Amino acid sequence: MDVAAGQLFTGLSLGSILLLAALGLSLTFGQMGVINMAHGEFIMAGCYTTYVVEQLISATGVALIVSLFAGFLVGGLLGAALEMGLIRWMYDRPLDTLLVTFGVGLVLQQAVRDIFGAPAKNVVAPDWLTGGIGIAGTVVPKTRIFIMVLAVVAVIALATALKTTPMGRRIRAVVQNRSLAETSGVSSRLTDVSTFFIGSGLAAVAGVALTLIGSTSPTIGQSYLVDAFLVVVIGGLGQIKGTVIAAFAMGLLNSFVEYSTTATVAKVIVFIVVVIFLQVRPQGLFTVRTRSLA
Amino acid sequence: MTVIGRLGAQSSLKTLGGFAIAAIVLFGVAPAMLTDFRLSLLAKFLCFAIVAVGIGLAWGRGGMLTLGQGVFFGLGAYIMAMHLQMADAAKAHEDVPEFMTIAGVPELPSYWRPFESAPVTILAIAILPAALAAVLGLGVFKRRVKGAYFAILSQALAAALAILLTGQQTIGGFTGLSDFRSFFGFRLDDPVNRRMLFFIAAGTLLVVVAVARQLMRSRYGELLVAVRDQEERVRFLGYDPANIKIVAYVVAAFFAGIAGALFTPIVGIISPADIGVVPSIAFLIGVAIGGRTTLLGPVLGAIGVAWAQTTFSEHFPSAWTYFQGALFIVVVGFIPAGLAGFGPMAKQLLERVRRQSADAATEPDAGGETAETPAATEPEPAQPAAAAEQKVEAR
Repeated sequence: MDVAAGQLFTGLSLGSILLLAALGLSLTFGQMGVINMAHGEFIMAGCYTTYVVEQLISATGVALIVSLFAGFLVGGLLGAALEMGLIRWMYDRPLDTLLVTFGVGLVLQQAVRDIFGAPAKNVVAPDWLTGGIGIAGTVVPKTRIFIMVLAVVAVIALATALKTTPMGRRIRAVVQNRSLAETSGVSSRLTDVSTFFIGSGLAAVAGVALTLIGSTSPTIGQSYLVDAFLVVVIGGLGQIKGTVIAAFAMGLLNSFVEYSTTATVAKVIVFIVVVIFLQVRPQGLFTVRTRSLA
Repeated sequence: MTVIGRLGAQSSLKTLGGFAIAAIVLFGVAPAMLTDFRLSLLAKFLCFAIVAVGIGLAWGRGGMLTLGQGVFFGLGAYIMAMHLQMADAAKAHEDVPEFMTIAGVPELPSYWRPFESAPVTILAIAILPAALAAVLGLGVFKRRVKGAYFAILSQALAAALAILLTGQQTIGGFTGLSDFRSFFGFRLDDPVNRRMLFFIAAGTLLVVVAVARQLMRSRYGELLVAVRDQEERVRFLGYDPANIKIVAYVVAAFFAGIAGALFTPIVGIISPADIGVVPSIAFLIGVAIGGRTTLLGPVLGAIGVAWAQTTFSEHFPSAWTYFQGALFIVVVGFIPAGLAGFGPMAKQLLERVRRQSADAATEPDAGGETAETPAATEPEPAQPAAAAEQKVEAR
């Protein structure tokens, strides 16, 4: 029983991380059709923001909370800059945005390597997150619970923002019908930039969370990017609901397969399952018909 | 069709000439001018060029952005590496390759057994990458998964293979396979044999280019471009676009597998770092720079980029990464037709200047002229095509 519970919590926690990483992508990739390969580097930016904030503020508890906001801001600004500088010229060429943003990712990675050095950096978790809590016969580290809570908060915040705020309404309007939204007086430029700000900010928040469970290196974003993309593909275009289900499904599948085999085999099996899944539902779990990807 | 008919006789002569020049450069000039070390380096670049020809076919002509050619390259390379290890072990009268003894693997894993035999190895290099591509292509294209989705899946495949290999100690794990002593019985430390390897790579490249040219100029090649530009219309004409795409993808995988198999003995090491996500995408930059829709653009681009990387990173290791990133941004973002795009552009400009000066003297006969100019610049840059498709699908 406790083994199963342990794997269940591992899966849920991995799912939460995937969810945080994929949430921003489901906005920028799912809703806007832009394949942002630099998304992984925005995650990394969140990690390094946490590192810097912790150097500035020695109280780790305060530092973590400050990092969440600072990370969102840093990631968001990077994303907005990327949108304004490059992506705005390429909305009709989604495949090329992929390669262009890959180039941006390379540059960001190398910049971090030059600024902070290649060796991995460690962030100290605050006191109130050390240790674990016993649940259902297994001990769950508090950091993992924090990440799960963070993921839930992020999803609720994003969903509420999209549903109720004027900005969220504008984003949905532009996604559903760009030209009609423009005719109705919505500035699609402003909407595009703010969508990117939010999506990239969320990536950085995922990065902040990652510092709690491992060390930070320049390539950290790369290792989550592919999985995040798969989550969005399974979840369906721009569907928060789909992203949530897909992230936890992948997290759980991964942790249970990993238990019976090895971590590397688990990755491969997850990939095979995704390809088979696409045979059944090429469009992902949930879909709305929007601007289709070329 | 008419374009090919009109250009046929003239351009096949031109092509023959081109091949002759390439052969002279590769088989005569390069070996005479370069030191053994540089020649071996060039042989490595030629391997990348072979991959690039396949990418040009799948991506440039077929519109399939494959981010995972490293998978097929890696399959070819690892199969060859396993055979070379087994051959070395057999020569030393050992049961298992040396690295396994060091790693403490007592018994040969069963999947190594087939690669003891040279014919099986060669067959496997030819068949396995192509077969994997066919399976993935069937799974993806038949279900009309395309564009970004295909790109992401191919990338995930590369990630999966790299992770799988990294975790497998019985195939070298993180460090990969290296220290090969001979290549089908020829000692690899002998400069003459290394020179021979260069000639094999050069010959393979020429054959691969010839095959790709034939494919591109055939009816199939026209269909492939048609699928890239207007997949739905091709479907309505009674073809299955999935089959057309699968063939291009399989051919690209086949080329990449061969390139990998040559890469192993030439470079002397293959590891997961050579075939993961980043190197797989790096294959694309040479293709993009040279001109993805052309035949020779990818070849020259791949060689140029590989050469630049070697020269650059000798002096400024970190600057190369910035430069590579900048290349992706500038070339893909702003010159999608690549350097090859400048050729037709210059031709058009010259044409216009010539016509203007001719117009000054005689009555303008612009109708016939303008109809011919775009036809002569045969490969269409991908940008208008993508834009057109977007418009159609948005309806």
